[in-house]
Amino acid sequence: MISAPRYHLPTGIRSFLLLLAAALLCLPFADIEISNRSPWQEFAAMAGGFFQPTLLPFDELIAAIAQTFSYAFLAVCTAAVGGLFLSLFFHQLWLRSLCAAIRSVHELFWGLLFIQLIGIHPLAGYLAIALPYTGIFAKVFAEIIEEHQSQAVAPRHSDRFSHFFYAQWPQLLPHFRSYSLYRLECGLRSSTVLGFIGLPTLGFHLETAFMQGLYSQAAGILFIFYIMIASLRWWMRPTLLPLYFAVALFSLWGQEGLQLSLASHFLHDIIPLPIRNGEDINGILYWLSHLGSTEIGPGIGNTLVVTQIALLLTAVIALCLFPFSSRQFFSLPIRFSSHLALVILRSTPELIIAFALLLLLGPSMLPAIIALAIHNGAIIANLISRHSHQITLRLDASKGFHRYCFEIMPRIYGQFLAFLCYRWEVILRESAILGILGVHTLGFYIDSAFESFRLDVAVILIAVSALLNILVDQGSRQLRHRLHLRSTPQAQRNK
Amino acid sequence: MISKLSKTLLTLLLCSTAAAETFVFTAIPDADETRLNARFSKVADYLEQQLGVAVKYVPVKSYAAAVSAFRNDQVQLAWFGGLTGVQARRLTPGSAAIAQGAEDPEFKSYFIAHHSTGLINGAQLSENIKGMTFTFGSKSSTSGRLMPEYYLQQQFQQSPEQLFSRVGFSGNHSRTIALVQSGSYQLGALNYQVWLKELAAGKVDLDKVSIIWTTPHYPDYQWTVRGDVDKRWGEGFKQKVKQALLDMKNPELLNAFPRKAFVPASNKDYQAIEDTARAIGLLD
Repeated sequence: MISAPRYHLPTGIRSFLLLLAAALLCLPFADIEISNRSPWQEFAAMAGGFFQPTLLPFDELIAAIAQTFSYAFLAVCTAAVGGLFLSLFFHQLWLRSLCAAIRSVHELFWGLLFIQLIGIHPLAGYLAIALPYTGIFAKVFAEIIEEHQSQAVAPRHSDRFSHFFYAQWPQLLPHFRSYSLYRLECGLRSSTVLGFIGLPTLGFHLETAFMQGLYSQAAGILFIFYIMIASLRWWMRPTLLPLYFAVALFSLWGQEGLQLSLASHFLHDIIPLPIRNGEDINGILYWLSHLGSTEIGPGIGNTLVVTQIALLLTAVIALCLFPFSSRQFFSLPIRFSSHLALVILRSTPELIIAFALLLLLGPSMLPAIIALAIHNGAIIANLISRHSHQITLRLDASKGFHRYCFEIMPRIYGQFLAFLCYRWEVILRESAILGILGVHTLGFYIDSAFESFRLDVAVILIAVSALLNILVDQGSRQLRHRLHLRSTPQAQRNK
Repeated sequence: MISKLSKTLLTLLLCSTAAAETFVFTAIPDADETRLNARFSKVADYLEQQLGVAVKYVPVKSYAAAVSAFRNDQVQLAWFGGLTGVQARRLTPGSAAIAQGAEDPEFKSYFIAHHSTGLINGAQLSENIKGMTFTFGSKSSTSGRLMPEYYLQQQFQQSPEQLFSRVGFSGNHSRTIALVQSGSYQLGALNYQVWLKELAAGKVDLDKVSIIWTTPHYPDYQWTVRGDVDKRWGEGFKQKVKQALLDMKNPELLNAFPRKAFVPASNKDYQAIEDTARAIGLLD
């Protein structure tokens, strides 16, 4: 019997269809509407401000820049060292789970928790970045090490320590360095965003200016921030590390003592209310089911809807934008302006983009979805355009659209999917944050719980969003394995 | 120089009990957050002069942060809204409301609407608001959330989520005006003082946004002080603080709040606020 050969769609196409299906499935549940009728006055004010930036008073500006840098630098440095250490033991299941748990909570929520635990103190801001970043570094470093295991050649009988430092280290270092630099950019973003909850960084002034409608001032702060990010590769030199470390330590040092007495408040407050009131098991179950039906259920639903649609849109934006930054398509002037545009798109905090869109489009999930997609799409576009530079084409390779479809896309597609999987959990984490806009994601309910001093509810909701994150992380890991993608985009990028 | 400057800013922004001899106060960031330092440092100077101890003002970023700072003893005196004051006093046993603005016993909120809704000012809210979009101010605001939500429930027997097609939280009162004026939301509710102030400053376009309803009176803002200040700054310190606030006559200082004068207040003046918050489910 001869049976007809069964045709399988390529895994890449299948995965994209999966992504499309997931987003389409979410669409009926998405609260998407353009309801604004006269946005132009406010929008014109915003645009006017953007083209006429004004700077903060010099001393405030310098202080804010120093703080933004210091939190990011100290947290990323220590997280890199801590993560490297942990990555050596990453085969332990408990350690992997622990790292997954700490990185699944967004910096902003870590910040809010630490402020409750130790008061408004620089250490709270530092830990809010350093803790989740340690989990991220441990994971990524462990994966980089794993991928280079086989290439390391060392004399037999050498101990594990020597093997690591003499045979592996020299190969790993460039990857560690390039990833750490990327993380520092993320760290600067995080320390800025933490300004929204009170850290004296650029974000503190940015939020104030933006919320008051002082768009010129907001634009001035954003431009400073863009310059910091765009010039990162020039000013972040290995030889200058000790100097930066000293400056960062110095500008955060000298604070008054910690209030460890707050810990007892905190431990009391996170005990669920019915237990504190001495209610029986029925009371506890009733409380939990009420929380489940009013906040956890709708929160998870809305978070997933926003995430899946934003993920699809992220993919589309990334694929549309990357050619403009790629050497395979455009000449230097266009690439340079595209590079700048990507810096602006990915460095503007999503909250700011979302607020601008809220004014323009009116309230719905739409501003949140577009803001997430723009931010993450620009990040992926930047990464794949750099990846495309490593492709060598034949001299007579086709040009323009044909080159895009038949030369470049097939070669970068796997890498693109790897980045997209990687951003999946990031988008999920960040969609929780945009709840602050009034889109009822988990983040909206977490923010409400902190506002009404229901730390018991806040901690439960944070745990739920962490769990959701871990599930998505597992899902994207499985997908990557099925597609035979390298698990770390950064590691592959440098091949 | 960088570190010196940043330290100056840090000490302004952050503080803790180690500086026990400095008496620290804050205010909820309810409207114009810029130049908070400039406005309130004059109040700090005045209090320093009256009390004979070092007084410092620290700005905070959110209503919840003001309450946290008070509870954590990072500030000992705070200018709270009705609801944040109740929250703070519940979390900080022994603390007391000591003074309120002359306007605060009879505070009110304005409901405002974008002109495209066709709504006009009336003795009660129109039935036509059902299904429109609506924004509160901050989640913990008394005049921008608690009382508007309470009066909506009174009139329509429905929660705002059931009543409106969309309910947002703009973050503060000025932002509520901006969002309704731009048409992002059709309706909003806010502190009447902030409306009047923004109107006087020319930031409100009455062709685009107007008042459609004024709520009945309720008690709002007040000064709340921690219970342990007498122990730390000497017997009678709480009374001295209260007197200093009541004696504040300089319009420039009072304008920072903005109030005509301060009058005595006590915890029980805010019982109604606490009951309302509990009825709405904002307090357990």
